[in-house]
Amino acid sequence: MTTTHTGAVAVEHYSFWYGPKQALFDITLDLAPQTITALIGPSGCGKSTFLRSINRMHDLLPGTRSTGRILLDGDDVLAPSLDVVHLRQRVGMVFQRSNPFPKSIYDNVAYGPRLNRSPSRTETDEVVEQALRRAALWDEVKDRLRESAMGLSGGQQQRLCIARALANEPDVLLLDEPCSALDPIATQHIEELLWELKKDLTIVIVTHNLQQAGRVSDHTAFFYLGQLVEHGPTEQLFTAPREERTEAYITGRFG
Amino acid sequence: MPSTSLHGASAGDRIYRFATTAFALSIPLLLVLLGVEVAVAAWPALKAFKFSFLTSSDWDAVNGVFGAAPAIYGTIVSSALALVIATPLAIGVAIFLSEFAPAWLRQPVAFFVDLLAAIPSVVYGLWGIFVLVPLLREHVMPFLADRLHLGNTPFFSGPAYGPSMLAAGLILAIMVLPYISSVTREVLMAVPRAQREAALALGATRWEMIRGAVLPYASSGIMGGVILGLGRALGETMAVTMVIGNRHEISASLFAPGYTMASLIANEFSEATNDMHLSALMGVGAVLLAITLVVNIIARWLVWRVQRQARA
Repeated sequence: MTTTHTGAVAVEHYSFWYGPKQALFDITLDLAPQTITALIGPSGCGKSTFLRSINRMHDLLPGTRSTGRILLDGDDVLAPSLDVVHLRQRVGMVFQRSNPFPKSIYDNVAYGPRLNRSPSRTETDEVVEQALRRAALWDEVKDRLRESAMGLSGGQQQRLCIARALANEPDVLLLDEPCSALDPIATQHIEELLWELKKDLTIVIVTHNLQQAGRVSDHTAFFYLGQLVEHGPTEQLFTAPREERTEAYITGRFG
Repeated sequence: MPSTSLHGASAGDRIYRFATTAFALSIPLLLVLLGVEVAVAAWPALKAFKFSFLTSSDWDAVNGVFGAAPAIYGTIVSSALALVIATPLAIGVAIFLSEFAPAWLRQPVAFFVDLLAAIPSVVYGLWGIFVLVPLLREHVMPFLADRLHLGNTPFFSGPAYGPSMLAAGLILAIMVLPYISSVTREVLMAVPRAQREAALALGATRWEMIRGAVLPYASSGIMGGVILGLGRALGETMAVTMVIGNRHEISASLFAPGYTMASLIANEFSEATNDMHLSALMGVGAVLLAITLVVNIIARWLVWRVQRQARA
């Protein structure tokens, strides 16, 4: 790990409640820069809840609370004094279903940069092009940047959403089952893209697809019933799991 | 016989289908009949005065000359005025209710706003005569003309009688507000959570999310709500008749009395003794019907478009 890269996430004894219902139990996990961490586990095990804690998307829901700490480069993201807007620019998020705005491709990517600073025309052009290139979408859309994003295919829309997140130049990228609505080819595009992107990002991906976790991630964390059962290097977790529940899950005995 | 049901609907099903089809078709048929009836009755006047029926300001029942321009103008101006006043208010109310209001406040406020639509038109009219018009005459009109020095502009010139285009516009604004507001509220609540989350996850504040992601997504639906309100305003009769002053004259000033198509029909129908007068009033009705139909078709189309977008 080099010190020039930021985006180290350290989760310490993090618990989370939806109202009276506890969804996460005492999670402690480090997410290192320049790695991809896959969060796996059956539906409702808390992996999405955990992911959405890192950029505080739960702020929207009334009645949620949490204990413990989530540190981004040493700062507690859960501190009430923290600037959520700034946090969400540093921690980008891509959702399960692609959700481009019903605007042009260009305006979708430019949305984040335009929000909090007022970039000049040429600056915006540059940011948009760079983000689309990083998302491996530039060549496909460069001639129709002004067309509606709704006209793109599902896989292109999802890569557009990644480009939109990248335009904010985040340190961390959170992906919540980004390929669950995509065909195998589009999925492969996204996976290759993630490999490229991890050179300068901390990437966390929630996935139902164990093969995907195996293909794409350096580290894997297995969640079950709100607990972090086991985490470690992906290869080790898949070939020599320490916990019986992990083995049962990855061999398909439940899930 | 159970075997017949495999080959065709049973007699009961056929009767049922016939009955419901007939009921369903009777409504459009009624509308068509109404349109035809009004057009036929209006025909003599439209034929006699041709285009001047729409453009002339002469409305003289005694000499049998009929030009409905002031009423058409009054209908359009009073409705437009109502929209200009009501739209920002209604959208503000809807944004508050769908985005900001705490849960305990949402239902009661929405209920009271919707209740505005339930107040009988004549009650608005009475309130207009005894509260709104005096208020305009004593305070609002002098304030606009003298204090804000708008009296020199054509729009706020002339004596402040009270009953005026301004009074009609204001009362219509209150009356159409609940329609615009409740459609807007529905459309805003129909904006998918994914759109909101997309904006927030990119670092939008709540207001930036509403302005940049929610309102654009909902815009054509909101437009539909506004046009629905316009449809209401165009046809509103009683309250407007009571406060607009009923003068058959086109004036640029909002302080001047005016006329609308609906009030013209309501005021003169019982006194229309000769056939041409009656036919002229029917002509006014036909014009009003045509305008309202077109407005409603546009509203439907806009709402349909936003719904199709939401599904895509």
